[in-house]
Amino acid sequence: MTTASLPTPASWTDNKRYLWPLGALVMFLPMAGALAYQYSGWAITLWFGFFILYGLIPLADRLMGEDDSNPPDSAMGSLASDGYYRWALFASVPVYLGMWAYMIWFITSQTLPWYGWLGAVLSLGVGCGLAINIGHELGHQTDPLERFLAKLVLAPGFYGHFYVEHNRGHHVRVATPEDPASSRFGETFYEFLPRCVYGSFKSAWEIEKKRLAREGKSVWHWSNDNLQSWALTALLWGAMIAWLGWVALPVLVIAAVYGGSLLEVVNYLEHYGLMRQKRADGGYERCQPHHSWNSNHVVTNVLLYHLQRHSDHHANPTRSYQTLRNFEDVPRLPSGYAAMILFAYIPPLWFWLMDPKVVAHHGGDMRKANIKPSIREQVIARYSAAA
Amino acid sequence: MKKWRCLVCDFVYDEAQGWPDEGIAPGTKWEDVPAGWSCPDCGASKADFELVED
Repeated sequence: MTTASLPTPASWTDNKRYLWPLGALVMFLPMAGALAYQYSGWAITLWFGFFILYGLIPLADRLMGEDDSNPPDSAMGSLASDGYYRWALFASVPVYLGMWAYMIWFITSQTLPWYGWLGAVLSLGVGCGLAINIGHELGHQTDPLERFLAKLVLAPGFYGHFYVEHNRGHHVRVATPEDPASSRFGETFYEFLPRCVYGSFKSAWEIEKKRLAREGKSVWHWSNDNLQSWALTALLWGAMIAWLGWVALPVLVIAAVYGGSLLEVVNYLEHYGLMRQKRADGGYERCQPHHSWNSNHVVTNVLLYHLQRHSDHHANPTRSYQTLRNFEDVPRLPSGYAAMILFAYIPPLWFWLMDPKVVAHHGGDMRKANIKPSIREQVIARYSAAA
Repeated sequence: MKKWRCLVCDFVYDEAQGWPDEGIAPGTKWEDVPAGWSCPDCGASKADFELVED
């Protein structure tokens, strides 16, 4: 594994430095759509968030291309400790929470045509999906402020279990058949989604149960991180319903479900078909850079806080977003996540695009791949015959 | 002998057990574990471990 070579430290500047606040700014988009609607009366503006996610961002990724540069090692320390990056990330939290409350008020207090209502709810849901990614970055830090903000930002979208399951479940079992959040070769997104959501909730509950038992406490103890997160959701949702009435409930639920599905479709991309091998003693080898799919596309990397430099993230899970590096010779997606999720939604297209890459990655030896159990033997036989 | 827990995933390094899989002999004190060693379960760095209070 090598990292890309670079200019000397003295001349190095972070070319994404002033782009990172975009992650907070995009959270304003559903509100911008709502305001545009109030001035123009055109319901299409309520679809802003939705269209930007599926249309503009994939296009912008293509136009802006990739950036494979890495900070030199000598700049890493100051880059990691530079408070600017911390605050650029923090800024997204109040913007998101404000946008969320504003949109629910807007949707429930205006008389919207059904297609306007749906556009506004889905655009809000895009915000909920992006917020889970912000919760992901915050939840990996060890500082108590970051950890609290992670719970807070996951609460409106009812995704608090992610705070527990991601670090202590997914990171431990990543790229193994035991991980609900690692997708398998031949598994469609629609098979993966229920397996992942159910498995992740169950895992989050068991992880906290085990931790609390070690401390001699019941799983129902208030310090259960799942219960804390869900209580925060109940508080926020309860406040919105008390304020706006029960008409707020379908908005809350649909935005949360759709936002959660966005996080899970990204999970679907990140480890598709990749598998850690078992050691002689039956344990799995360590997670290595070749166990994650990566992308260096600039636009999606900025909006997702370098989530797509996923190999480095799994190798160094507490490394903050601005310091994540591109590795050479790692599994690479043909585009950024925003375009890739469009493929994931259409299984034949996804298999057409990704299956040859998984097979090539394993050199045709599909015994090394994470395959949907019901087709495992067929897949291994098929590609070993071809090799 | 002390124990150290990973802040990210709860893996526990027990000095009495060491981590023979990666050449860290039983009885190796935490300060003698190489600085570049990371959590075998989740990859968090050595600095992301805390002492387990009994």
